[in-house]
Amino acid sequence: MAFVDRTTQRPRAPHVLVALVENKPGVLTRVASLFRRRGFNIESLTVGHTDTPELSRMTIVVDTSKTDASLVQANLFKLVNVVDVQNVTRQPAVMRDLALIKVRIDQQTRFEIVQLMDIYRAKIVDVCPESMIIEVTGPEAKIDSVVEMLKPYGIIEMVRTGLVAMVRGSGHFTGPTPDENGNGHEHEVGSGSNGYHFDDDSRLVRSLGM
Amino acid sequence: MQRTGAQIILETLMREGVDVVFGYPGGAIMPTYDSLLDYPVHHVLVRHEENAAFAADGFARASGKVGVCMVTSGPGATNLVTGLAGAMMDSIPVVAITGQVASYLVGTDAFQETDVTGVTLPITKHNYLVTDVAELPMVMKEAFHIARSGRPGPVLVDVCKDVQSKTTEFDYDAIQLRLPGYRPHRQTYDEQIRRAAAYINTAQRPVILAGHGIILAAAHDELRALAERGQIPIATTLLGIGSISESHPLNLRMMGMHGEAYVNEAIQNADLLIAVGMRFDDRVTGNLATYAKHADVIHIDIDPAEISKNVIANLGIVGDAKQVMAGLLPLVEPRDRAAWLSQIEVWRADTMTRDILSTTACESAPHVPFVIDAIHRATRGAQALIVTDVGQHQMWEAQYYRHERPNQLLTSGGLGAMGYGIPAAIGAQIARREDEVWVIVGDGGFQMALPELATIMQEELPVKIAVMRNGYLGMVRQWQELIHSRRYSEVAIKTPDLLKLADAYGLAGMRATRADEVNDLITEARSVPGPVLMDFVVEEEANVYPMVAPGKALNDMYRRPGAERAATGR
Repeated sequence: MAFVDRTTQRPRAPHVLVALVENKPGVLTRVASLFRRRGFNIESLTVGHTDTPELSRMTIVVDTSKTDASLVQANLFKLVNVVDVQNVTRQPAVMRDLALIKVRIDQQTRFEIVQLMDIYRAKIVDVCPESMIIEVTGPEAKIDSVVEMLKPYGIIEMVRTGLVAMVRGSGHFTGPTPDENGNGHEHEVGSGSNGYHFDDDSRLVRSLGM
Repeated sequence: MQRTGAQIILETLMREGVDVVFGYPGGAIMPTYDSLLDYPVHHVLVRHEENAAFAADGFARASGKVGVCMVTSGPGATNLVTGLAGAMMDSIPVVAITGQVASYLVGTDAFQETDVTGVTLPITKHNYLVTDVAELPMVMKEAFHIARSGRPGPVLVDVCKDVQSKTTEFDYDAIQLRLPGYRPHRQTYDEQIRRAAAYINTAQRPVILAGHGIILAAAHDELRALAERGQIPIATTLLGIGSISESHPLNLRMMGMHGEAYVNEAIQNADLLIAVGMRFDDRVTGNLATYAKHADVIHIDIDPAEISKNVIANLGIVGDAKQVMAGLLPLVEPRDRAAWLSQIEVWRADTMTRDILSTTACESAPHVPFVIDAIHRATRGAQALIVTDVGQHQMWEAQYYRHERPNQLLTSGGLGAMGYGIPAAIGAQIARREDEVWVIVGDGGFQMALPELATIMQEELPVKIAVMRNGYLGMVRQWQELIHSRRYSEVAIKTPDLLKLADAYGLAGMRATRADEVNDLITEARSVPGPVLMDFVVEEEANVYPMVAPGKALNDMYRRPGAERAATGR
């Protein structure tokens, strides 16, 4: 089953989900197990600390040509340790990927590469006579472009962190506070809303109010 | 007050109203079994751990409470897997307590160590590994809360052996749950209800698809009122049977692979499906590409992940079935929908002559519908509860027994686990001591659960076990006949002499080989105060009709061959 955009009839662009999860053992396994057993196609998943020690934050890029992002969101939402899930795809957000690229150099190419990397505001973080390591941060497209530029010189090895995302503006995504029974409940977003609604395709989506 | 881990487990059971535990002891759970002697908990010793999980499931379905099973680490815990998977598929509140090796041995491949939280991760609603006794009170309280709230399901708590012996402060009332990521209940909006009512009020050919969620939410009155007000026919899933009386004129009865043809025809021709507490299983939809192509879909479910999972909904409402339908009721305009209902009656009449087996005339060896109809007639006035196993008899039970009340049929729906019937009946009979509990089981499923006859005797449970013995694994044989050109592969099954077996276990044994013996045998079995093992020698190669072949449209069904001649239209 392939999902296509209703207006362009092209495969849908990837969606970016941000999940706040409890910082407990096994939570990453629960998320990974969910993706595997439901056959969800994921382009990348990053996980790291937040400003709250009890919470970790995941950024998940969903390949929506084969997987429906709302279904991923609803299933993540069901996991007891997942505190909140937000689809930030259609929100103004800062999205960043970081890459370390070890590239082959010689006397001639060294300065050429340094100049080239200046254009991308990439940093040289290690250098030896035969190679250097370049650190570059930015949207995924920028990293892709850097990789293309470096390929002719010979990439020895590379690692990318996968995307991390944060919505612009002063709104914050900290998850719900528990109710009197200890259960989570949604943010108050506008009157009478629990923060989620079904869009015209009847898919669960997060309301965009802040 | 200070309590050991074992005491905390047992006191939690007391506080949660659990007075029955199904289990099997072993090394890593011994401290808890030791403390068990000090608490008024009735422990049912099963003969295999899988059946502890099935019995807890049956207990939960029959009582409406949380079913609890308790076993040791390693093999004890892995044996629970099938039962937990079944409870997960059918949304049954079960708490499984498993012993684990001592916390300092975890991860060392110690004797009888298995990563049980890893094994059961995808088949539980949630699970815990407890390595520190200080966490145990909170975990136990959370486990019960999660199992029974929202969409119910199984929760497993794996407790290290040393944790069971260590002590900590325990004050159950003082425990504050903190589950910031758990949202079992959610508010439904007036706007969604209003939109749903607008769909319903403009529909010419609506059908309500009633699932297990209605029974779990106790929304039977709302369902009936909604159907009657809008004159909307209801088709039920297998687990939705009993959500409305099967003699109600608007109840079309079971849909799907072995639903009667007129029910599926109604769904395929509907212009609106109102799905409540059901999940569009493939056994219910047939080929999705051809499923109800003219219908708008309203999907009401407590689990947001079910909405638009299999069938894209025009309107999804996440909420409690009872609350949503109660909200919907005053907005639904009364209609008679006479044309639609009379069209369905035309299809129904055709089904009556083509598919429904006569249960009045039956020569020589009875067929299973004949026996099920006889059990139905004998028990219909009684407070009877039917538990089935899985296979042909399960489908025939759904087709020929008429359930009047909710929770009158217990069956393994989503998982379809053979061997479920007898242990689930043990749980059900313990939950409803006064009820007449019948198990309908094939000769295959019976032999999977055979050792539990000893449990029935040890517990003195008056369960009536009706074995439909056709000498085959009938449903597989039917598929081999219809889909694999009658190439029978490993479906013939021998069964030991059931009368001798009954004698060996010490329960009453009875046998019927002819149709004219069936009624007398059932009467006799009902007069026995204790358990009875009934051996019904039934027609060997009978098929369940109608049947939607895999991958076919819901109304493209195998119909009963040569049925015009045999039919009587009962």
